[in-house]
Amino acid sequence: MKKVIASMEIAFGALRINKLRSALTMLGIIIGVAAVIAMVAVGSGAQARIQEQIASIGSNIIIVVSGSITSSGIRMGTGNAQTLTEDDAKAIARETLAVQAAAPATRGGAQAVYGNNNWGTQILGTTPDYLAIRDLGIEEGQPFTSSDVDAAAKVVLLGKTVTDNLFNGEDPVGKVIRIKKVPFTVVGTLVPKGQSPTGQDQDDVMLMPISTAKKKIIGASQANAGSVGAIVVQAREGMTAEAQDEMTALLRQRHHIQSSQDDDFSIRDMTEVFKAQETSARVMSILLAAIASVSLIVGGIGIMNIMLVSVTERTKEIGLRQAVGAKTNDILSQFLVEAVTLSVAGGIAGIVLGLTASALISYFADWSTVVSPGSVLLAFVFSALVGVSFGYYPARKAAFMDPIQALHYE
Amino acid sequence: MAELIRINHLNKIYPLGDIAVHALQDVSTTFERGAFVAIMGPSGSGKSTFMNILGCLDRPTSGSYFLDGISVGELDRDELAEIRNRKIGFVFQQFNLLPRTPALENVELPLLYSRGGVDPSHERGMNALRIVGLADRADHRPNQLSGGQQQRVAIARSLINNPQIILADEPTGALDSRTSIEIMAIFQRLNRKQGISIIVVTHEPDISQYADRIVYFKDGRIVRDEPVRQRRDAEQELLAEAIAS
Repeated sequence: MKKVIASMEIAFGALRINKLRSALTMLGIIIGVAAVIAMVAVGSGAQARIQEQIASIGSNIIIVVSGSITSSGIRMGTGNAQTLTEDDAKAIARETLAVQAAAPATRGGAQAVYGNNNWGTQILGTTPDYLAIRDLGIEEGQPFTSSDVDAAAKVVLLGKTVTDNLFNGEDPVGKVIRIKKVPFTVVGTLVPKGQSPTGQDQDDVMLMPISTAKKKIIGASQANAGSVGAIVVQAREGMTAEAQDEMTALLRQRHHIQSSQDDDFSIRDMTEVFKAQETSARVMSILLAAIASVSLIVGGIGIMNIMLVSVTERTKEIGLRQAVGAKTNDILSQFLVEAVTLSVAGGIAGIVLGLTASALISYFADWSTVVSPGSVLLAFVFSALVGVSFGYYPARKAAFMDPIQALHYE
Repeated sequence: MAELIRINHLNKIYPLGDIAVHALQDVSTTFERGAFVAIMGPSGSGKSTFMNILGCLDRPTSGSYFLDGISVGELDRDELAEIRNRKIGFVFQQFNLLPRTPALENVELPLLYSRGGVDPSHERGMNALRIVGLADRADHRPNQLSGGQQQRVAIARSLINNPQIILADEPTGALDSRTSIEIMAIFQRLNRKQGISIIVVTHEPDISQYADRIVYFKDGRIVRDEPVRQRRDAEQELLAEAIAS
């Protein structure tokens, strides 16, 4: 221990003497460590943002949409046939084990008017279950209820974007707005959700009972009054695959589809779709970290270079130390400690710089960055390792010098 | 007087390309404890090689070397370093002090490599500086000291581990004659008062007269080995000079 402290004192002394050179040598490590930390922060920031967006959709969400139908050999695109019905949604909720909840959803666009303001937005007609499935919270007021659905009550829930555009800071709850000239009472506002993974504004929406939406706003075909565009389903935790199988079987049975015929609906596991995005973000962050690590290695080579110069310059000093009794390990540890001091000091400065850079990137580029303690620790340990591995060769060279030649080196 | 160094049939051969250079040929001698020996000879005579082996910096090709009863020829690199640390003090022509390092730290350098380490009170370092009369310059750096003072710091450094022997390689080679006498006075005092054996390599016949024995080297052999008949006393010379002026 005493020896280590003595070596450190010698090393600090030597580094102080060549301040500029020490600082420049450290710069390589500083930049390397800072780059690793900042790049990992950007990468994990992107990942975190995607995870957040996935969470905003709700967990274990499966969407069932009406599929194509084939009529006289012409296959129509997805959604062209309104094959799904409100009863299908009820049946799914009731009869499948792997499904937690299911809500029918019908979409349409409409202009909403309040006072002098108007705003074109999306209408989503659904049932109260939808709120639970999508994990939508009520910010102010109350959600609509199933009796509202039964009564086709003219009530509406507003997303944040709609509220902002119609009410300019006024409290919307209890106010009456007009949608397609029909007066609706605003019963509540939704907690903001932000962007969806595909970049849509999830707050630019109005929710109302599906019955009301069909009767007053969107309209429904006379022939198929119960039809809906989609059914939003929440599977039980870890049972999305079972839920899909069960629903397929149930819907095929309900729609009387022969085993030779194609499904007239399609099922999309939303989580799977966005998991793919998350994976690509992770690959990206690993790539960034790998590129940044290269600069750390370059920094290490800089240390080796300077240590070799330093050993040559101090040959006479090494000879003297050997003459007065320094053993191989004494000289070895002296120069190793010097190299490690350079790299660790550079590592610490690099961490500070990396944290600053991450903060600046979030501030100016508006990218979310996440600095994990793990990446900081890793960068620090890696910088110390760089010091040891690139400092060893020069230190060894010093330690095994011939004392006589070293003493007479000019 | 007891024997400190015994050297038997020492040979040192350097391979130099195809030919072998016989730097030392069958050298045998003994040095007593408390001896003050001057080693003289032209360059290339083998005296530097001899000193390197005496100082445990180099190993003989053949022959034996006993220092304080230890057969040095059988020791490895680190064991030799320990012998140098504990038993031998070195003084060089170019002083070899660490630049930008205060005198006291220079003096304490050998303590870094000995078991006890540097004493926090710096008592040993200050003591050594006191012996060479530089206690008041402890915090001076080498470039703030004169050549004579630097050499005195180097002597203090050689003293710090209470060595059996001090090996001085041309210690006055870089100094003027008056400072040379001061340095020799310190050696004579250490030799007399503390009984430290001293071996000085020198070119200057004057300087060799401060020793009590002179060994002449030529072509790798000892050609003459004789006591000094009229030994000079550096301290008295300095005193006489002071009175005269």
